[in-house]
Amino acid sequence: MAVLSPTETALKPLLQVKGLTKRYGPSTAVSHCSFGVDEGKTVVIVGPSGSGKTTLLRCINYLEIPDAGQVILKGEVIGQRQIHKQGQAWKPISERALARQRQRIGFVFQRFNLFAHLSALDNVAVGPHRVLGLSRSAAQDLAARQLERVFLKEHSHKRPHQLSGGQQQRVAIARCLAMSPDLMLFDEPTSALDPELVTEVLEVMRELARDGMTMVVVSHEMGFARQVAQQVIFMDEGSIVEQGEPDAIFDRPQEPRTQQFLSKVLV
Amino acid sequence: MLDNIDWEVVQLALPLLTEGLWNTVRITVLAIVIGTLAGFLLGLMSVSRVKILEWVIAAYVDFVRGTPLLIQIFLVYFALPVIGIEVGEYWAGVLALSFNAAGFIAEVVRAGIGSIDVGQTEAAKSIGMTYRQILVHILLPQIYRPILPPLTNELITLVKGSALLSVISVYELTRAGQAVISQYFVPLEIYTLLALYYYVLISLLTRLSRWLERKVLAY
Ligand SMILES: Nc1ncnc2c1ncn2[C@@H]1O[C@H](COP(=O)(O)OP(=O)(O)O)[C@@H](O)[C@H]1O
Ligand SMILES: [Mg+2]
Repeated sequence: MAVLSPTETALKPLLQVKGLTKRYGPSTAVSHCSFGVDEGKTVVIVGPSGSGKTTLLRCINYLEIPDAGQVILKGEVIGQRQIHKQGQAWKPISERALARQRQRIGFVFQRFNLFAHLSALDNVAVGPHRVLGLSRSAAQDLAARQLERVFLKEHSHKRPHQLSGGQQQRVAIARCLAMSPDLMLFDEPTSALDPELVTEVLEVMRELARDGMTMVVVSHEMGFARQVAQQVIFMDEGSIVEQGEPDAIFDRPQEPRTQQFLSKVLV
Repeated sequence: MLDNIDWEVVQLALPLLTEGLWNTVRITVLAIVIGTLAGFLLGLMSVSRVKILEWVIAAYVDFVRGTPLLIQIFLVYFALPVIGIEVGEYWAGVLALSFNAAGFIAEVVRAGIGSIDVGQTEAAKSIGMTYRQILVHILLPQIYRPILPPLTNELITLVKGSALLSVISVYELTRAGQAVISQYFVPLEIYTLLALYYYVLISLLTRLSRWLERKVLAY
């Protein structure tokens, strides 16, 4: 295990992405992407459709196995272990070990992906109950508190199909929160929502950022990015073209491709 | 036309047929229970991601689908004693039908699991569930409703297939009918009765399935 000493860890970002690369056949969806996220900070990733944002995010919690590069969370390498101490040989870890690491990384999907047969409460409780081993009632108590946090207390008995998109997405966020993750990843969490439902989800995310959650958010909500993010990353054709503070990226983009993209979305 | 029907023989035949019917019901209920349980087990094994298991199940399903039920019945009937299992024609019949149904039901279960949106599996992975936990707690509970119609079809096929057990002298409905025919030679009357009996049995099964779909699995 590549676990660093506590002092070393304190100096490093909570999440480090190093040279992450993912290919599909001949085409490269993500190409040598590197960035870090400090604890309690929010990074927003923007970029045109097909630029590899989703793939990058999915590689971070190994929903997609990267072809090269590393993801390091709190000093621990995700999804791989080193066979020889000195050598370069890395091997995939067991399914069980990977599942354990994923508990610490929340993922919020564009299409919510709630469990269709479970109530909102049980969607949130199933993780603490089945994965963390809490008793059913303790898990439901925890779930109720998380649903309250996303303003859905009164809807906890409803099934996903009885909820609006905005409500479903907030249940999905509560489902992550119930696992007390170190990091949360959001893949265009509001882009499948009707416009009037976007605010309620962004409001919850703003609150999370205020509470010190570390987040990586793929989103085209520029207002949100400006207010909440400490860092904005612009991606194009699988690569990180430019990254910096929101005002720097949005107001004074250096790269022509960034300028071109922003001129389209900011109109 | 009705003048030609030998009503007296029909009356004589009814109790004999009822005994056969009772046997058919017992055999098919046993085969439905065993076949469905085994089918679910095989279906789960076929998505277990254990390669060797998946191959074995695939070969099994392939065999069951690729050979006539009649031959499968003979095979079970003659093979069981060879491997030292002496169970008689009744249980050989139950097992043959169960083996056959299990193969088809395994496919239904596999397809049912495959039909659940992959996004739910990914969400379950992302909160740290292992594949086994996802199967048991997320996928399996959701397949009962989508698989009920194809499952019912397989069970109907099983009931119809039970008629073939007459070839290994299981005294079920068809065999009982044939016995009556050979005694009194009234094939038309008896086969008409048999058709009616099977029709009623299968209608009951269909109704049960619809009821389950509406009442029990509705959410
Ligand atoms: N499962 C896949 N198989 C093949 N190609 C894929 C797959 N997923 C994504 N891609 C390709 O990778 C590139 C990046 O896609 P994606 O990460 O979804 O971009 P974005 O989220 O920025 O729109 C696209 O060209 C897409 O077609
Ligand atoms: Mg995307």
